[in-house]
Amino acid sequence: MSTAHVTPVRLYVTVFATLLVFTFSTVVVASYDFGFMNTAVALGIACAKASLVIWFFMGVRFNTSLTKVAVASGFVWLMIMFGIGMSDYLTRPWLGVPGR
Amino acid sequence: MHEIPRPLTGKDVIGHADHAHEHHPRLQHHFFSMEQQLEASILGMWVFLVTEVMFFGGLFLAYIVYRTMYPLAWEKSSQELNVILGGVNTAVLICSSLTMALAVRSAQVGSRRGQIINLILTMTFGSTFLVIKFFEYAAKFEHHLVPGPHFGPTPALPFGSQIFFSLYFIMTGIHALHMVVGLGLMSVMLTMAWKGRFGPDYYGPIEVSGLYWHFVDIVWIFLFPLLYLLGFHLGAIG
Repeated sequence: MSTAHVTPVRLYVTVFATLLVFTFSTVVVASYDFGFMNTAVALGIACAKASLVIWFFMGVRFNTSLTKVAVASGFVWLMIMFGIGMSDYLTRPWLGVPGR
Repeated sequence: MHEIPRPLTGKDVIGHADHAHEHHPRLQHHFFSMEQQLEASILGMWVFLVTEVMFFGGLFLAYIVYRTMYPLAWEKSSQELNVILGGVNTAVLICSSLTMALAVRSAQVGSRRGQIINLILTMTFGSTFLVIKFFEYAAKFEHHLVPGPHFGPTPALPFGSQIFFSLYFIMTGIHALHMVVGLGLMSVMLTMAWKGRFGPDYYGPIEVSGLYWHFVDIVWIFLFPLLYLLGFHLGAIG
């Protein structure tokens, strides 16, 4: 009663090599100044790397829809926390009154 | 065994219902099938990992808030971190994730030897990460970059740099603590693999421990650019 979805070693090694290439390129890219885009580029590469780890290494591609929703919910709630948190801090100077 | 009507969970259960009476020795009584048991473990681990995302998320939010307040301090302080050691550590963790994935795969194909070798490699990479981190921390103490009364690097850093280093130590410190917990989990998995507990029809514990290990890798994937690479375009100090 083997139930495993076995991923070929070759695919794991390909993902591994891609992750190393991304790591190297994020260092190279960081040595250039793109102004306000610096962080966006760095986070873009980091998100791509995280997605590869989640999808292939963690095997979410083989999991049920319920598990996929649970995975996605973590990042959705994270964005809600960042969104509401920063909508507070970034709008405080608008008031221009003491005690903000 | 009498059958109690129960809601079916997971597409895999349906179609295997007629096999339900072939009890696998590792099947817990409250599960319908081995597939359901595995999927429940994976879902449960992910729910825990979501709480971990929110836990680290709070620190990342603190990072964002203070970075918008002290952008200059962030860039200048970031230059004090060693990009080479940070980069090597990123690569080390990616290697450990590969061997972790291969350890789970070895369990799926029933290779005891593969599990043992890959788990030992995973633990070796994890320990290498912590050793490198130790030398990084030591250098921070030597350069007076630890927040507190002795904070005072030369040349001086802008106001707000102590907050950067506070967050640096908290975030990387808690990450390192997660690595230590991961190493503990892996030693349990190694013992179980050594006893030949895992095989193609039962590999839940090693798979779920692997999820935790990969999650810790993902946290570092975000910490590395956000802490080490901010001021890299200004020229590396090391």
